[in-house]
Amino acid sequence: MSAFLQHTFDGLVSGAFLALLALGLSVIFGMLRVVNFAHGAFYMLGAVGAYLLLTEFGVPFWWALLIVPLALGVLGMGVERALVHPLARLDPLYNFLLTFGLTLVLQDLVKMRYGTQSSPYGTPALLVGTVDFGLFDFPAYRVFVLVFAVVACVAVWWLLGHTRIGMVVRAATERPELTRALGIDVGRWVTPVFGFGIALAGLAGVLAAPMRAVNPLMGADLVIVVFAVVVIGGLGSIFGSVAAGFGIGLVQAWGESYLDRWPIVAQTSVFVIMAIVLLWRPAGLFGREEAPA
Amino acid sequence: MNKRGTVAAASALALLLSGCGGGGPQGSSDSKLSGDRIVLGVLNDQSGVYLALSGTNSVKAVQMAIADFKAKHGDDAITQDITVETADHQNKPDVANTKAAEMYDRMGVDAILDVPTSSAALKVADVAKEKKKLYFNISGATTDLTGKACNKYTFHYAYDTYMLANGTGKAVTEQGAKNWYIVYPNYAFGQDMEKSFSAAVTGAGGKIVGRDATPFPNDNFSTFLLKAPTLNPKPDVLGTMQAGGDLVNLVKQYNEFKLREKGVGLSVGLMFLTDIHSLTPAALAGTTYTDAWYWNFDAENRSFADRFLKETGSRPTFAHAANYSAALQYLEAVQAAGTDDADAVVKQLEGKSINDVFLRNGKIRAEDHRVIHDAYLAQVKAPAEVTEDWDYVKILKTIPAAEAFRTPSADCKL
Repeated sequence: MSAFLQHTFDGLVSGAFLALLALGLSVIFGMLRVVNFAHGAFYMLGAVGAYLLLTEFGVPFWWALLIVPLALGVLGMGVERALVHPLARLDPLYNFLLTFGLTLVLQDLVKMRYGTQSSPYGTPALLVGTVDFGLFDFPAYRVFVLVFAVVACVAVWWLLGHTRIGMVVRAATERPELTRALGIDVGRWVTPVFGFGIALAGLAGVLAAPMRAVNPLMGADLVIVVFAVVVIGGLGSIFGSVAAGFGIGLVQAWGESYLDRWPIVAQTSVFVIMAIVLLWRPAGLFGREEAPA
Repeated sequence: MNKRGTVAAASALALLLSGCGGGGPQGSSDSKLSGDRIVLGVLNDQSGVYLALSGTNSVKAVQMAIADFKAKHGDDAITQDITVETADHQNKPDVANTKAAEMYDRMGVDAILDVPTSSAALKVADVAKEKKKLYFNISGATTDLTGKACNKYTFHYAYDTYMLANGTGKAVTEQGAKNWYIVYPNYAFGQDMEKSFSAAVTGAGGKIVGRDATPFPNDNFSTFLLKAPTLNPKPDVLGTMQAGGDLVNLVKQYNEFKLREKGVGLSVGLMFLTDIHSLTPAALAGTTYTDAWYWNFDAENRSFADRFLKETGSRPTFAHAANYSAALQYLEAVQAAGTDDADAVVKQLEGKSINDVFLRNGKIRAEDHRVIHDAYLAQVKAPAEVTEDWDYVKILKTIPAAEAFRTPSADCKL
């Protein structure tokens, strides 16, 4: 039983990363109809940013947790204005290529500065060690990540449900044309929302730095899984992304622990689930068919 | 015969005579060197995951060997014209294949060195065989290079998967860690390492209590780390065959889950000094692994490492030292043979016993071209024991050359 609880806990921690990344991706897609392939690269920049702050400026983890997402949010807004926006009226393929190219550029810039070796980033002193839950113990840092990610997801949810910006974002996400027709200036919110999505990716990156290898390629493999998560949850569905993120984290952890004779099963489970979900509900678990304009 | 005819006949005669004189289009008449010079080629990863452990610093190591060779022989050196060509194979076998052929054919390279990534190394060995030119493999690990893929022109320096498994697996088991839990990345290198380690551990009286293939690449190993202390019997040691970024992930998480405190030690299949540098000794303290060479082992190694540090800003990995040694031994063989003709150089090298800064009790086996030498069981120091940068490990044990490597394989027919 304790082993099961440990694996479950572990799955939720992996899920927390997927959820944070999927949430940002979903908000961006919902508002801009841009599939942001560079999301993994921004996640990587979050981790590298934390490392840079620590080594170049002596800024500890806790400040990085605040500074990096803000900085990446601003960078994200710049990217939206300078690159994404001008392509908005063209075929979506252009933005697809743009964000893919952006990934390569960002990865190579980091490679040029830090090489491909992983950079060391320790666990913050306050969170070294394990927390004893009676039946089992668990690394303190992971407990923190889980709590933090859940709080962040709930905060975003509250923001979307209870503020005017949130209302506009939700409306524009689900019925963009109708929202415009009601005289709401959707365009005004596009840039900040893009920045916000990037900030979430950066936040996930900072959280990853103490427990994962910090290197230019760390986002490249993850982003594929995150895309599958977003598709399973339903493109553009905020709740769907978060739920699918945690769900896939759990499935992977359970799969790896209980189907360990067949590692390939756990590895491919997310894509198998995606295929099944798409056959059953083409818009994803919580997605809605595109409303006619 | 008219005047024009006379000129033509005279020129033809002159051409004929110059041909008979042996002075071909390549110049001086007494040179035994192709192109009148020696060209070494360093073919490796200059932009990817193996950049730090070999890469551009391997080129520096080869240049150091050339300088030392020239200084030693002075005017008696077979030539002062020794140059290095380099290329980036991006760890891709097809790129390695093309670049190796280009080096031998177009750049006039006499011997290729280094070549990390086993699949790329195997391709280069094929090209060497086909072109009848030398290849010193330093950083490719596969034992196939001295097994079914061996050939007359390929020499395997430094290390291989058998040496790693036999060193760490056997020594750690003999030191009392009987029960092993092995996790390995699910691709060729990892699968090969898992087999070699299992054989070495069980051969030494140990037991594999669990083995798991992990996704590759992978950023989350917690499932396997959680499982380790719950296995029955509880493993004394977790043997990891991961490399590069995956190794970093695994070690970080191993520490996070406090496995050492729970009685599960850590053994790493393959690790380079640069890996320890990037992970920090604190993250790896107590970890054992097999090292082919260590820069602070004795005064001789240290003085080489001091020069290397001055040149590159970093201490040498065993791959760097081995590149230096291979380049030096190649040049000495050419000097002794008096020619860079590949067959004559091979004859010089085969069966030769060598001691230099890298090779201790070194011998180039004639049977399979495996270069055997002492290897070392190393342990990463606790942070408090680290008194200077890069001096991260202590050598627990020297594994004698004859024990460190497997006996010549029956698969190898040179």
